[in-house]
Amino acid sequence: MTETTAVAPPPATPERRPARSAGDRVRFVLRGVGQTLITLGLVVLLFVVYEVWITNLFAAREQKKVTQALIKEWQKENALALPGSQDPTVPIGTGLGILYIPRLGRDYHFTIVQGSVIPDDAQLEQGPAHYKNTALPGKVGNFAVAGHRVGKGEPFLNIDKLRSGDAVIVETRSAWYVYRVLGTPAGKNPGSVHEDVKVAAGGTVSLPGREIVDPSAGRVLDPVPDHDGMQPASALMTMTTCHPKFTASHRMIVYSKLVTKVANEAALKMPASVLALYDEVKA
Amino acid sequence: MYTWIWRHLPGPVAVKLVQTLVLVALVSALLLFVIFPWLEPHLPINQVTVPGNK
Repeated sequence: MTETTAVAPPPATPERRPARSAGDRVRFVLRGVGQTLITLGLVVLLFVVYEVWITNLFAAREQKKVTQALIKEWQKENALALPGSQDPTVPIGTGLGILYIPRLGRDYHFTIVQGSVIPDDAQLEQGPAHYKNTALPGKVGNFAVAGHRVGKGEPFLNIDKLRSGDAVIVETRSAWYVYRVLGTPAGKNPGSVHEDVKVAAGGTVSLPGREIVDPSAGRVLDPVPDHDGMQPASALMTMTTCHPKFTASHRMIVYSKLVTKVANEAALKMPASVLALYDEVKA
Repeated sequence: MYTWIWRHLPGPVAVKLVQTLVLVALVSALLLFVIFPWLEPHLPINQVTVPGNK
């Protein structure tokens, strides 16, 4: 704090209060300015604490609620409103599946909530949120999910650590869907490698595993991302978050493609073939 | 401002110190749980979505 007081003259004797001279008045004003600046600095620091720590506490509570509700729903005989059940409309703000990413650790799991057409703040505080009008997990088309990068549970904090070919697992009541981050060969920075993805018209389009786009780039949510009007033949998944961290200047987009589907026989109990995916990232 | 507050707190130094800590805690709580949550959506940080297109 010394740098702030540098503008002030040597400290006056604050406790004694004789008649004020002109110099005293100057000192008084300068001290007021200095203290205000220091206070503002502390408030900004506190905001950082709030943003990276306190918001996580709130979000963890929301995420826990939505996860418990989802598990309860899965245990019902006739679970309604879930992918894989008769009625695929999931109410906004309720869980639709659980996301696991082996690269981000064995304890990494988040319940994905149904969001609006553009997921709003309340939904994103609950967990990663599904863009309502995009495909559901495992379906041909583009299953798109937005998630916070810093604070608010920060589900996508380390999404830049994903490499091409990494598994991204989505559990719904009916199945375990294993997606893999686009890009060949596997193990590369997904921003620098592409992969051919089949489209309905026949042939393929080449998509990167990751891209940094403008905040207005709604095209990344297209059934075939970045290819407006094209009909899909593959089940893709798109994850969106902010980039760089703490800012709103760009969005980081990670694409993956469905490679396997394993029937979900016991909720939250990973089948061996899915569990084996965690061994891939031990290195 | 801080000098003024300190002068107007009653009691001996130890008591003043306790009151100061309570004041700091109150102001922090007000910021963390009321002001920041209100302020945050208005700031250009942590926006993670792109426009939904259908």
